[in-house]
Amino acid sequence: MQTGMGAAIRRGLVDSIPFLIVIVPFGMLFGVAGAEAGLPIAQVMGFTVLVIAGAAQFTALQLLQDNAPLAVILLTSLAVNLRMAMYSAALAPHLGKARLWQRGLVAYLLVDQSYALAQAAYEREPGRPLPQKLGYFFATMSTIAPVWFLATYCGARMGAAVPEGIALDFAVPVTFLALVAPGLKTLAHLAAAGTSVALALALSWMPYSLGLILAAIAAMAAGAQTEIWMERRA
Amino acid sequence: MTPDAVTVWAVIAGLAIGTFVIRFSFLGLVGQRRFPEWALRMLRYTPMAVLPGLVAPLVLWPEATGGAPDPARLLAAAATVIAGIWTRSVLWSVAAGFGTLAAGLALFA
Repeated sequence: MQTGMGAAIRRGLVDSIPFLIVIVPFGMLFGVAGAEAGLPIAQVMGFTVLVIAGAAQFTALQLLQDNAPLAVILLTSLAVNLRMAMYSAALAPHLGKARLWQRGLVAYLLVDQSYALAQAAYEREPGRPLPQKLGYFFATMSTIAPVWFLATYCGARMGAAVPEGIALDFAVPVTFLALVAPGLKTLAHLAAAGTSVALALALSWMPYSLGLILAAIAAMAAGAQTEIWMERRA
Repeated sequence: MTPDAVTVWAVIAGLAIGTFVIRFSFLGLVGQRRFPEWALRMLRYTPMAVLPGLVAPLVLWPEATGGAPDPARLLAAAATVIAGIWTRSVLWSVAAGFGTLAAGLALFA
């Protein structure tokens, strides 16, 4: 049991390392973007520490600069985060029996990276006891969260000193693509990704990121349906 | 123009609380419940369903070029995906993406 817990924590720490190299530029980019938008460091760090959701933070920052009304800013940014309800549902069967404060802490730390790592680990070894599953989850975020905070802080301090030619704007797409591409393992994954791209582009005229929500729902259905179809053929 | 502090903090507070509620939703409220097979099946595809759609417009119509498609960024996106599928590694995928972007920007500048 002791060794099992230690192994789970070590595994969480090791598994999180590749993500750190992705998170550093991503966090710095948000810091730089916030500073360039004229936000003081306290506000930039407020976003990063209280929200911990890069894509939504960028969305909110962009709309703040466009002087969009508060309700529109919140609706659009929260729409970007709606996927996390699905992460929450996916982890609930594994972590649902944890104490309330533990589930609260998991919720606060539930980001794309910790979800992806935990989901993969729990599917690999579904029989692990709850404390080890929690230990693995918190271990991954014990590196990812502080590095995310620190990278944002450094970015905000550097601010406008970043040279123009570095094309930091594209760190976001590269990061997201790199998170997705290694997971394109089956026809069902390809169907989901393809549907997501096609519909998100076709529906990009819709306000408040509604197009993305609809594309995501259709893409999930496409993935699930393809999986059922493949199982029948197998 | 720089947004005023009250508005920014209102956005931060609203986004922080709203995001927590979204993240806590199933873990907190219906955590003990079992999920039907079709729901679990759909949940397997959530990252694959959301992130490509989130990225696609950023790749095709990058803000840095005022929304005009840009060969360096398109190539970088393609390299990221190909390297990710080929190596199954997030790290190599990111490296391929940024390497191609740097090369492409130097080449097309």
